[in-house]
Order: sequence, then structure tokens, then C-alpha cells
Amino acid sequence: MGQGTATVVESTGPGRRTGAGAVETVGVALLLGFAGYAALFVAPNEFTMGLIQRIFYFHVPSAWTGFVAFTITLVASIAYLRGRNPKWDWLAVSAAEIGVAFLSVVLITGPIWAKPVWGIWWTWDARLTSTFVLWVLYVSYALLRTLVDEPERRAVVSAVFGIFAAVDIPLVYFSIWLFRTQHPQPVMGAGGSLDPRMRNVLLLCWAALLGVMLLLLRQRYRLEALRYEVEELRMEAARRGDSA
Amino acid sequence: MALLRPTAILLGKELRSEFRTRELLTTTLVFVLTVLVLFSFTFDPTTAESRRFGPGLLWLALLFAGSLMLHPSFAREQANDTLAALRMAPIEPVSILASKILANLCFLLVAELFLLPVFAALYNLRLAPILGRLFLVLLLGTLALSTVGTVFSAISSQARMRELLLPLLLLPLLTPALIASTEATRGLLEDPPALSAPWTGLLAGFNIIFLTVTWLFGEYLLEE
Repeated sequence: MGQGTATVVESTGPGRRTGAGAVETVGVALLLGFAGYAALFVAPNEFTMGLIQRIFYFHVPSAWTGFVAFTITLVASIAYLRGRNPKWDWLAVSAAEIGVAFLSVVLITGPIWAKPVWGIWWTWDARLTSTFVLWVLYVSYALLRTLVDEPERRAVVSAVFGIFAAVDIPLVYFSIWLFRTQHPQPVMGAGGSLDPRMRNVLLLCWAALLGVMLLLLRQRYRLEALRYEVEELRMEAARRGDSA
Repeated sequence: MALLRPTAILLGKELRSEFRTRELLTTTLVFVLTVLVLFSFTFDPTTAESRRFGPGLLWLALLFAGSLMLHPSFAREQANDTLAALRMAPIEPVSILASKILANLCFLLVAELFLLPVFAALYNLRLAPILGRLFLVLLLGTLALSTVGTVFSAISSQARMRELLLPLLLLPLLTPALIASTEATRGLLEDPPALSAPWTGLLAGFNIIFLTVTWLFGEYLLEE
């Protein structure tokens, strides 16, 4: 963002500061570096899979972070419909797009792991398929937003779609799980057999990725706020042009 | 009930306007038939294979048909801005949605009634002994399609490229319903036929959940 545009925004709008705060950014970068170090050097080597297993420290937390993002979309969508404050809409779209980004990481790191371990890039297994369906669902959400021009209409229809999509997530997972499963079973919680050191590194990586998500969310939210402001100004200009 | 009478009146209106032209019905019929015939060319199934693939083909064809044919549900209200007139009526906005969901359910079920014998003949299936249970599965699966399809046609009618948008929104969301309907139908075609409790339950749950969400949030789509 150039200096010139920043000063124009300074005077009026909601997106006053366009750069993320330096302290938080450095903090998250350090955390991420530390998490990466821990994933590569601190966590013990997995017995059967070897080094490739370490991708798991970013694959699994990315999925969890994506779910957190979609939950934010759901909550923000409901809040928007209840109160009609455009800020909730900005939050909903920001979280949805960031969720898609994290799910893309999941869908890319998954096959990288699967090729050496399973011998195939992709299989139509329950969790893979569900995650893929979920990714398509939120890509359609983003697409829907580009196809509705009027800001308030766009906010309303995408909020309703956002709620439908979020409600669909457990159904997608349950139905495809019922259909078939060969994915490694969940490693956390009941029945998990994860080494405590592995678990700690995993949680550390998740914390780092949540930090990345929050930074991205703030950045994307400000972008949406600026877009809204530009749209408002355009309409205002058009109104003045008409009356003149 | 305050919801029942307006819904019934609006349903009458939907049915009348459809049966005057029979557009939705005929296009759905021809579309599904075409797809079923094309499928049989591309896969050339044996009898045993059609037992396995048949239900999937049927439901996929119905889903594609629904994602194309449900589009006019709201779009045709726009030509004369008749939705504004409906909104002005002193009724619960949900009854507008409810009547359209029911109407689309009727159209799709009538289309399926014509399609089933053809499907059975083309894919060499005996449907007579399982007709009752099959109807239950068809009803639940079609209700899922028409509920979400009708709501999303209200969404897509407010966007650009709407004809293309509706399938994009609808198909991924209906994945659980597609799997459940297909699996339930496949269970009925097995020997001996069995109505699968988990899949039928999942279908019923899908309907209950999305009817509730529609009831809670659907009316926001109708406002000006």
C-alpha cells in the first residue's frame, strides 16, 4: 500500500491503518520460526514413515485453523443477519477466504505426504473427499460474492449461504465417513497414541498458524473495509454528479 | 395455523402456473432421460453393474436436473416483479418459501413417477416389490433437493450468471444428500432388498436440519 493512498484514507474511513502492527507481525514470525524448528528438529522421528511424517505438523494444524476460520464465518454471518452491521459481513468474507487458503494448504500437503507413504497422490477416502467438498463449498461462497453487485444484497445472500455451508460441514463429514474410511485415525483425544513431544510440537504449530490466521484476518478485514469505503465514495460521487 | 393457509394458497398458485405450461416438468423429464441414455453409452453396464451404478446415475441425473430446473422458481417472479407483490401480502415471508419448496417437490416427484418405469426398463431392474420403500427414499431425497434448491434459487436469482451459479452453489452442498439417497436406493436394489436405516436416517436428518435453517434464515432472502 503506497504512502499516497494511506493519507487519503487517514482522514475518513474505518481502515485507518493499513499495515499490520509491527509487534504482532514479528511475534507471529518468531513463533512460526520456532514452530518450524520444533517440527523439524525437536519432534522425534516417526518410526515407520520417517522424515516425511513431519509435514503432519503443518498439515493437521492448517486443517484445524481452517475450521476455526469457517466457524468465524458462521458466527459473523448470523451476527450480520441479526444486526445488519456491515462489519460482520467484512469479517465473514475475510474468514471464509482465509479458511479456503488454509484448506488449500491441507489439500496440497496431504498428497505430498501420501505419495511416499501410501504410494498414491490421492484416494477417494473419507476425510480427503470431505475436505475437498468443503473447499469447493467455500470457493463457491467466494464466487457468489463476486456475482452480486449491490453491497447489502451481497452481504445478505452470502450470509445465508455461509450459514447453509457451515451447517453442511458436519453432514458432509458424517456422510462420507459412513461411506468409507482409510485415513489415519484421529491422533488427538480418545484412543490417540501420539507421543507427548509430538503432541506439544503439534500444538505449538497450531498456535503459530492461528497467529498467521489472525494477522491475515486483520489484513483482509481492513481491505474489505477500504473496499466498502471506496464503494460508498463512488456512490456518493455518482449522486453528486446527478444533482449537479 | 397462520402459516398453513397462505402456504396452501400460494402452493395452488405455483401449481397452476406450472401446469399451464408444464415447462419445468417436461424439461426435467427430457433432461433426465437424456442423461440416463448417455450414461448407458459411456459405461455400457451389464445387469449386475447397472444394479451397482443405477441408483447413482439416477440420483446424479436428478440432482443435475434439479440444479438447472429450480432456477426459474424465483427468477420468473422477477419479470413482472411479482415477488414484491407477494412480499406486500400480510403473510409470513416463510410461507412464500414453503410454498415454492412444496411446489418444486411436487414437480420433481411427478417427473420421477414418469421416469421410474423407464429407468427400470433401461437398466433392467425390478422395482415392483420395493415400490413403497423406494417411494420413501425418493420423497426424502427429493425433499432435500427441493428445499436447498429453492432457497438457493432465491440466492442465485439476485446474482449475475445465475443459471450457472445455482449448480455451483447447490451441488457441493447436496453431497451428503446425494450419497445418502444413492446408498439407500442401492440397498433397495440388492438381493434381498433392505432399507438402510443409517442412510434413511441421514436423509431425514438432512431434511430436518435444512428445513429448520430455512425457517430461521430463509426470509432474509426475500426482503427488498
